[in-house]
Amino acid sequence: MDKPIFQVKGVDVFYGDNHAIKSVNLDIARNEVISLIGPSGCGKSTFIRCLNRMNDTIESARISGEVLLEGEDIYSKEMDVVMLRARVGMVFQKPNPFPKSIYDNVAYGPRIHGLVDTRSDLDDIVKESLQKAGLWEEVKDRLTAIGTSLSGGQQQRLCIARTIAVGPEVILMDEPCSALDPIATAKIEDLIDELREKYAIVIVTHSMQQAARVSQRTAYFHLGEIIEVGDTDQIFTNPKERLTEDYITGRFG
Amino acid sequence: MSLSAYFVINLILALLLYLYGRSRAIAFSSSRKLFATKGYFGLHNLLVAFVPSFLFVLIYTLAEPGMIRYLVQSALPSVLDVEPESFQFIYNELLNVHAEIIPFDASNTTHTLGLAVYVGAINTVSISKMLLFGSIVLIATMYALYRTNPSFNARVHAELMIKWILMLLSMISVITTFGILLSVLFESIRFFGQVSIFDFLFGTQWSPQTAIREDQVGSSGAFGAVPVFGGTLLIALVAMAVAIPFGLFSAIFLSEYAKSSTKDILKPILEILAGIPTVVYGYFAALVIGPFIRELGDNLGWQLTSESALAVGLVMGVMIIPFVSSISSDVISAVPMSLREGSYGCGATKSETIRNVVLPAALPGIIAGVLLAVSRAIGETMIVVMAAGLAANLTFNPLEPVTTVTAQIVTLLVGDQEFDSAKTLAAFALGLVLFVVTLLLNIYALHVVRKYREQYE
Repeated sequence: MDKPIFQVKGVDVFYGDNHAIKSVNLDIARNEVISLIGPSGCGKSTFIRCLNRMNDTIESARISGEVLLEGEDIYSKEMDVVMLRARVGMVFQKPNPFPKSIYDNVAYGPRIHGLVDTRSDLDDIVKESLQKAGLWEEVKDRLTAIGTSLSGGQQQRLCIARTIAVGPEVILMDEPCSALDPIATAKIEDLIDELREKYAIVIVTHSMQQAARVSQRTAYFHLGEIIEVGDTDQIFTNPKERLTEDYITGRFG
Repeated sequence: MSLSAYFVINLILALLLYLYGRSRAIAFSSSRKLFATKGYFGLHNLLVAFVPSFLFVLIYTLAEPGMIRYLVQSALPSVLDVEPESFQFIYNELLNVHAEIIPFDASNTTHTLGLAVYVGAINTVSISKMLLFGSIVLIATMYALYRTNPSFNARVHAELMIKWILMLLSMISVITTFGILLSVLFESIRFFGQVSIFDFLFGTQWSPQTAIREDQVGSSGAFGAVPVFGGTLLIALVAMAVAIPFGLFSAIFLSEYAKSSTKDILKPILEILAGIPTVVYGYFAALVIGPFIRELGDNLGWQLTSESALAVGLVMGVMIIPFVSSISSDVISAVPMSLREGSYGCGATKSETIRNVVLPAALPGIIAGVLLAVSRAIGETMIVVMAAGLAANLTFNPLEPVTTVTAQIVTLLVGDQEFDSAKTLAAFALGLVLFVVTLLLNIYALHVVRKYREQYE
């Protein structure tokens, strides 16, 4: 692996007394899709939320260990959380477009970061982001319609466009298809494959087929620990650990 | 038989039928599978025995005085010479004699003959009450006994009855609202018979003094309500200028920034403000804030009175802060966490997130809270009576004394008044307009809240 974009070293997370993540180590490379799988409550979502400090919003959460983004500890005092989240974007489980127009949803990030000076530059970013998210053709005639009026799958692609518009290096996706039907899911999966060219993508998923389809590497979480990390093909065809094998063969989880 | 006697009889019978239904159901539950549990047979019988006869007694008792009066009115002319217009006078005398307020005079034919008619009417009405009550109870009992059998689905019937009873109870508040509206409306119509509605709504002179005697000095009164409503509006504006920023900002702090432990302490304290009696706010405004503003004016070289719209508005604003902050912090908390996270995920700061995402999403609810607070401010009386003065000034200067609709209603109705003078009736007209305004505000606020609710469900 080239120099990884993210290096996670010995991270522990506590929610109050609950030890949710136990000394996890993981490297995440550029231009790869890595999927995190594991049974419910194993800490996948908690882990992914460590990568852009989204756990900061939870009062009882405490974290120790190092998370390095391009060699820089994101939990250090010098780290600007706002800049971090601009570099590490996030797409959530349930589509959560703002109750604003489609245009304003996508323009939200560029506006607050002051990325553009003129209206036409902003128009370009919106168009480009919607194109990358594969939504442009469907919404180009109704950019002023409210974002929540779209279908579930379109809303999720709108959220992806909103994330892309900020120009991140990494995109975190927390079960992005769990609220979507199979057709919308297929569109998002195709999109993930295209986005890999420009971004590193970390995806949490409950669907092992999805992990197998979209990711190059897979990490298996169990009770807050990473049991096994490896190439997706290897994990699904020839897991080294007994726990991994039990999970992917459906013996539990 | 007194009302409580009816009630006790009714209750005893209902309990007996309840026990009967229950025990019968237990008896036949061994032989066959029941539609309902034994409790439902008891409940069904209880409701059948109690509700109709109870309602009957209640309604009949309310109608009793009217019925007696009607009977006396139709029977009296056969024994006495009664002019139709003097009937009310004689009837009142009979009532007083019967209640022994006026001593019985055996030589007075009105007393002797009239009282006989009156007592006869009372007896007729109360005997028919007993008979009707008895037959309703009898029918209900027979119905309950007839229904207490294994093939009857007591559960469905009892549930249905519960539904109707609850519906009836909930109608009472609706009926009361309409009753109040109608009574105010009728008095207002009488007022508008004496003063033109146009003068009332658009006149700028308010001096509601009417001459009691022909020769009395004093005008015929001026009933232009504009200065009164202007005063209400001015005070409400000052109050909202206090309540909206303080209420909204404390709501934002409480629901977005405060730790839950801080919130647990601060929120109840803030809500105590809503529990302080308005009279206390009133003397706070009259004795502390008003003089303070006057002294401040003295220091600046202005001649100010201690009664002013500003003093009242400031205190009233503090009073309604909890209305704004409580509802606002509820709707702010109700904005889904996922929206905030979406914004944080784009790299927005906390205040950017609140400004751009949370507040716009919560805005309808906040508006509703503000509107409820406004209708509260408009209807507030005590503070105004104590600290605003009674001069009907048409002014937009909050440093001058003004008067409000509610304060005027109080002054118009306090003291000895003829109830059909324009002065007293004006109070009802003011009340009607106030009622309509606050009703519209409340309806609009509820409409906004409902629209908001649909957005996230």
